Amino acid sequence: MQPTALMIVLLVITSAAYFFGRRRAVSAAGGQPRYLNSLPAYYGFYTSLWSGLPALVVLALWLTLDSSVITHLVVAGLPDELRNLPASRLSLVINDIHNMVSGNVVSRPDDPVMLAAAERYREMRTLSLAALTVVVLALAAAGGAFAWRRIHTDLRARNAVERMVVLVLVGCSTLAIFTTIGIVLSVLFESIRFFQAVPLTDFLFGLSWSPQMAIRADQVGSSGAFGAVPLFAGTLLISFIAMLVAVPVGLLAAIYLSEYAGPLLRAWAKPVLEILAGIPTVVYGFFAALTVAPLMRDWGSALGFHVASESALAAGVVMGIMIIPFVSSLSDDVINAVPQSLRDGALALGATQSETIRRVVIPAALPGIVGGILLAISRAIGETMIVVMAAGLSANLTANPLEAVTTVTVQIVTLLVGDQEFDSPKTLAAFALGLLLFLVTLVLNVIALYVVRKYREQYE
Amino acid sequence: MNANREVLCMEPELTETPIGVATPVTPTTDTMPRRASVGRDVRNTVGTITVPNPRMEARDVNVFYGEKHALKGVSIDIGAKEVVAFIGPSGCGKSTFLRCLNRMNDTVSGCRVAGQISLDGSDIYDRKVDVVPLRAQVGMVFQKPNPFPKSIYENVAFGPRIHGLVNHRNELDELVEASLRRAGLWEEVKDRLDQPGTGLSGGQQQRLCIARTIAVSPDVILMDEPCSALDPIATAKIEELIDELSQNFSIVIVTHSMQQAARVSQRTAYFHLGHLIEVGSTRDIFTSPQHELTEDYITGRFG
Repeated sequence: MQPTALMIVLLVITSAAYFFGRRRAVSAAGGQPRYLNSLPAYYGFYTSLWSGLPALVVLALWLTLDSSVITHLVVAGLPDELRNLPASRLSLVINDIHNMVSGNVVSRPDDPVMLAAAERYREMRTLSLAALTVVVLALAAAGGAFAWRRIHTDLRARNAVERMVVLVLVGCSTLAIFTTIGIVLSVLFESIRFFQAVPLTDFLFGLSWSPQMAIRADQVGSSGAFGAVPLFAGTLLISFIAMLVAVPVGLLAAIYLSEYAGPLLRAWAKPVLEILAGIPTVVYGFFAALTVAPLMRDWGSALGFHVASESALAAGVVMGIMIIPFVSSLSDDVINAVPQSLRDGALALGATQSETIRRVVIPAALPGIVGGILLAISRAIGETMIVVMAAGLSANLTANPLEAVTTVTVQIVTLLVGDQEFDSPKTLAAFALGLLLFLVTLVLNVIALYVVRKYREQYE
Repeated sequence: MNANREVLCMEPELTETPIGVATPVTPTTDTMPRRASVGRDVRNTVGTITVPNPRMEARDVNVFYGEKHALKGVSIDIGAKEVVAFIGPSGCGKSTFLRCLNRMNDTVSGCRVAGQISLDGSDIYDRKVDVVPLRAQVGMVFQKPNPFPKSIYENVAFGPRIHGLVNHRNELDELVEASLRRAGLWEEVKDRLDQPGTGLSGGQQQRLCIARTIAVSPDVILMDEPCSALDPIATAKIEELIDELSQNFSIVIVTHSMQQAARVSQRTAYFHLGHLIEVGSTRDIFTSPQHELTEDYITGRFG
């Protein structure tokens, strides 16, 4: 049976187990559910969990391991001269066998050894599927029967189901954590390969970025430079400009909306502001590249400055606009969370509304606001699309916002776009940059959490 | 506006009646002899609403929350250096009226105040009046202690700072100390003025709020159930404090505790469903109420 069909059959069996379990429980209580320890449905769930879960676990494990086990067995049955090939050649042979099995184009279509191996592979796969079907169905039936036999009026099915629910929840959170760890590890391993080619200090403190690698030893102009400082300087410059735009505008908008605006205006203005958050960043990218950057250039030349047509300023300003709803929405929430009694207290002492906001509401809401701003910075540092389109590619180490700069994310994109060889430092540099970027945002988030917690202790 | 002023000031007929002399009006099952002579359906204010030396005078005050008529034709004087207690069942309008006295109702959207309230003879609802100095003159202490999330010192210094009452740091230090002393809190907090005010106990927080209020030297202090969130010991301290403060300030206190009203106030006003039912000396209100509704309330028949 095919795995999909098997899953459907399994589903049918577990549903049946539910009904049988439920029926047995009701009849055990003589048709009076109140004599049962738990509601009849819990006995149903209990039975179907017992029949479904072990079978499902076996099914998942089997499907994960099945192909590698069969491959291993097929390789073991190959003639010695093939089996003793170096690992890279052997993997080509294995690929050929796999292709032959699935009917793709192969390099040696008429080789009898290969044909035999493919045939063997096909047989073993059929056998494995048959065995899987039998094992899974048997497990489902046995689990269901086991649970069904245990059902009597005193069985605490409710508690058993509850334990299983907790297990499922634990499983889900573990999955999320392990995914994160997996991503970090995969980036880490590729970075380590990069650092074998380029020293860590060159990467961290090098002042020039020009990711080129010689393909031949005698190539001219082949010396690459992998100093990440210009990239991080560019990232920080653009993020700084973005925050200069987003923090004042977002915070003041939040103060206006939460403290001054009437209910009608708030009902309209808040959603409109939040629409900004729904605009895809690539659209902001057009806006930055086609509208804001030329505008900046024209204004700059009118004022006698030279502004590059792709400037940090244009990218930063547009990124700031993108982040405004982020800052304002988070600040609005914390400002609204400040108890009315504090405002009343200040007003009753004769403070004006702006004094109340400045001296009481904002200090009380500060931890939340700072947390929101730090999250917004993380967002700005990780933002890619706007800077790809508006900031340019030249890795200038400059503090002048009128020049083109490039950012970490832009470089990762350019390094990985197109066909790449994954054993060249040029490509691997993307992983090192990714790792460093991850560490920077991680540190920022940790600081944000720390700040928020410290202030909260003080104020509550 | 003055049309119904006459009916509001009914002649107090029974204030002279000696305590303990029963005036049989209706048969009663209580052990306490019934003296009230004004029937339950009467809604005009009974008793003397005026005092010889008023600081604040409210005349025919009506308050509307949107369509709801929350306060109906309330007139009463607040005398200098006296403690007036507002009592009555929940929702009777006593807190609403209290919040009219320093225009805190301005901050409630949909709230409209009609009538006349004056402080030292000038109308506080006049167009030209700025609420900022008004609220400095008529301070308010709230039901739940609400110290700012600042240090104890900064809590008390808040009012003087925003009103520019002091010129030097030394003056401010003295003012903070004096206010805390008058609130009876100085000895407890003098070593930790830089600690957050929110770290104090509930009773201390409430005294801090009182210190904060008196730091701007108001004329009148409004207290909206200041002890309802406090334990009996903290309540006793606040009541003692109210007694001391009444030597310098006029105090209006809203309370649900009739014992508290009896202990701290010289005059008591009884509110019922938006009407001011009866005003009189605290002693008279609690021993010989004239209105049956007042009597019902103080004898615990409802509320």
